[in-house]
Amino acid sequence: MQIKPILAAMRHHRAGTLLIALQIALTLAIVCNALFIIQQRMTRVSRPSGVDESNLFVVENYWADQSSPQRIDAQMRADLLALRQLGSVQDVAPANSFPLHGSGWDNFVKTTPDQIRSTLDSAIYFADDHTLATLGVRLIAGRNFTSSEVGSQTPPDPMLASEVIISKALAKVTFPQGSALGQTIYVSGGNRPSTVIGVTDTLQAHTVASWMNNYAYNAVLLPARLLTDRTFYLVRARPGQLDAAMRDAPKTLYAQSRMRIINRKDGVLSFAQVRKAAYGRDLGMAILMGIVSMVLLAITAAGIVGLTSFWVGQRRKQIGIRRALGATRHDILSYFLTENLLIGISGVVIGAVLALGINLWMVTQFEMARLSLAYVAIGVVALLLLGQGAVLAPAMRASNVPPVEATRSV
Amino acid sequence: MFGYYLELALRSLRRSPGLTALMVLTIGFGVAASMTTYSVFRAVSGDPMPWKSSKLFVPQIDMWGPSGRASDGEPPDAMDYTDAMKLMRDHRAKLQSAMYEISPSVVPADAGKHPIHVSGHAVYSEFFPMLDVPFKFGSSWSADDDAQRAAVAVISSKLSQKLFGDANSVGKTVNVEGKDYRVVGVLNEWNPQPRFYDVVNNGGGFSTDFEDVFLPFQTAVQASIRNDGNTDCNATPAESGFLGLQHSSCTWIAYMAELDDAAAVTTYRQYLDGYAHDQQQAGRFGWAPNNRLRNLPQWLDYKHVVPSDTKVALLVALGLLIACLVNTAGLLLAKFLRRSGEIGVRRALGAPRLAIYTQFLTEAGMIGLAGGALGLLLTGMGVASVSWVLPRDIASLARVDFSLLVLTLLVSVMATTLAGLYPTYRAACVQPAWQLKSN
Repeated sequence: MQIKPILAAMRHHRAGTLLIALQIALTLAIVCNALFIIQQRMTRVSRPSGVDESNLFVVENYWADQSSPQRIDAQMRADLLALRQLGSVQDVAPANSFPLHGSGWDNFVKTTPDQIRSTLDSAIYFADDHTLATLGVRLIAGRNFTSSEVGSQTPPDPMLASEVIISKALAKVTFPQGSALGQTIYVSGGNRPSTVIGVTDTLQAHTVASWMNNYAYNAVLLPARLLTDRTFYLVRARPGQLDAAMRDAPKTLYAQSRMRIINRKDGVLSFAQVRKAAYGRDLGMAILMGIVSMVLLAITAAGIVGLTSFWVGQRRKQIGIRRALGATRHDILSYFLTENLLIGISGVVIGAVLALGINLWMVTQFEMARLSLAYVAIGVVALLLLGQGAVLAPAMRASNVPPVEATRSV
Repeated sequence: MFGYYLELALRSLRRSPGLTALMVLTIGFGVAASMTTYSVFRAVSGDPMPWKSSKLFVPQIDMWGPSGRASDGEPPDAMDYTDAMKLMRDHRAKLQSAMYEISPSVVPADAGKHPIHVSGHAVYSEFFPMLDVPFKFGSSWSADDDAQRAAVAVISSKLSQKLFGDANSVGKTVNVEGKDYRVVGVLNEWNPQPRFYDVVNNGGGFSTDFEDVFLPFQTAVQASIRNDGNTDCNATPAESGFLGLQHSSCTWIAYMAELDDAAAVTTYRQYLDGYAHDQQQAGRFGWAPNNRLRNLPQWLDYKHVVPSDTKVALLVALGLLIACLVNTAGLLLAKFLRRSGEIGVRRALGAPRLAIYTQFLTEAGMIGLAGGALGLLLTGMGVASVSWVLPRDIASLARVDFSLLVLTLLVSVMATTLAGLYPTYRAACVQPAWQLKSN
């Protein structure tokens, strides 16, 4: 295929050529960035929480009267006992917060008491001896709390935590050299030492917000029931009995005492619902970017079809002459395909530069990562293929122009 | 003449229905995508009080010093009890209120009913006039009630309806956390978004739930109605319980002040610095004053209340619109130049260039109008299905209203006319002689 005559012909319809190239460039730039955003969000969404999420649900319980901490504590113990006796329930633990919940308690963690600048943040989970079993989180070293170690605490009192269990990620950053087991850390914001008695497998912090990104898997479990106006009960249903347990749990709690509020609408949430709420924005953004990309690709393809069809119509006579002079159908077909390829290549070159430029700008403006070149490469290939696909139909029509067209005057 | 151009345009558009449909679809989708994301952006980035926001200020006091500052040197977002109370006592702004978030339980008078859980704020009486809070019945409590820690409450009309079966419950008694409060005012549907008066405690500032109860600040503190918002501590409180929190340097109180002119702002700034200086002299602060006084728009911007996702989505949608316009420009070019013969004849018969411009821009405008009509339909569908894609707290704010409809049509027509400019220019450049000869 000779490229020279194609280039010469292009010079005659410069504006159209430029517009198609520009459109391909814009499409590439936007689609690359959109795909990248989708991939980033999906990576976020598919991060593990470390929790065995099936069969797990959460009851959000508000204490209705201004109860004294002692009364809340007594009621909590009674609630836990009652829930554990339910046939549909495997295990229950009280909680102040839990992975993916969104809000909760976080503290700076220190390895020496006199460290002044706070550098390491971690979620603080108040737990009892049933918490790990309920969440389905495995210990990779050390031991669980014993029931005698579990106390109770009213915020914002100093935390009494002589023993703590920490997550794998936190253990790794605090004690990169060796085992965290038996080591001393400071989690209370003060100078009270805590001994690490256990290290859990992966356990996510309570929030997926961006400010927590660097500490997303840092968690400290303290052996205490937190006595506040609100208590969460984490409940693990027996396999297959999630729905039954979700119905039974609030009834059991109300039977214990009516002086509590479990919101009818969202007081009892399965962990699947918790996950959906936590990542709602990310999923929404991914879907939105997906829709935009699809629309854009469709419009670009349609635009190429439209403009090439026009060119084919405009050049019927020339095509006829070429055919009459001995050009085969294949020659005509490949002429239009090559023409499109040339326009496409110039478009994707501009587009790739544009895509990287837009991404760099977005990195400075928003919390966004650098665009990986793989996405640009995928986008380039996809757009060139799209162009070839779009041009195929008009090019076929062009190749069907009979040689006799040359003799007809318009 | 214009009528004639309209007719010509219609005729031309009908001649190639495929191309016309393609252009209308392109414009429709492009405009709808931009308008849908814009409706979300508009909803979350709107000024909650455009008539007054520049007069509302959020003071920040650096009570933690260098160790508690953010990496950019900013002082804490909220106040501790000591400073907030000092500022309230000094009362240097025209109107001001310290506030904290509460989420008490309300026990209905009817013993058969379950207690309900509500959210609200403990505020000073000046909170209501400062934020132009609309009352349906009754009014705010008085400054005397603030000082005497009166057991009074302002509730939402929804809560009033729920508790008493009547929107007007002024004078009735409501039981909050086991204590009785006299209702002095019932609010008229008030749920500003973002919840600008306390964005620190609102985890992003958007909420679909109304605030149902407002209690006098000191009354709530005395009744130990605990803070339900964020509590940030630089050091563990020395004493326990809610009282310990009040004596601590933990921050949990939001503060807002109304300052009506530049002089008042300067004076207030000096006052804050003077206060911090005094604290330094007294030995409580071991550092130089490092205060901030931002007005509401600056504050919302500083707190990044508009989710960056919405901005990115808007930008991407605008990119889509531009790509659609380039596409339309290409198609219009093809369409217009195909009619070079017709243009040649018109020009030869004496039509000036201006006439050609008018004719073809009319045609482009008509495509824009048709695209806009389709865009309206798609925008309506888009906004309705936003809740399917975005979380409810944001999605529920996006609305189709008259201004959005007008804007959609306007953007569509303007954009298409813009896209038609170059093709029209090319059409107007057609040489009549050349066209006539070649035929």
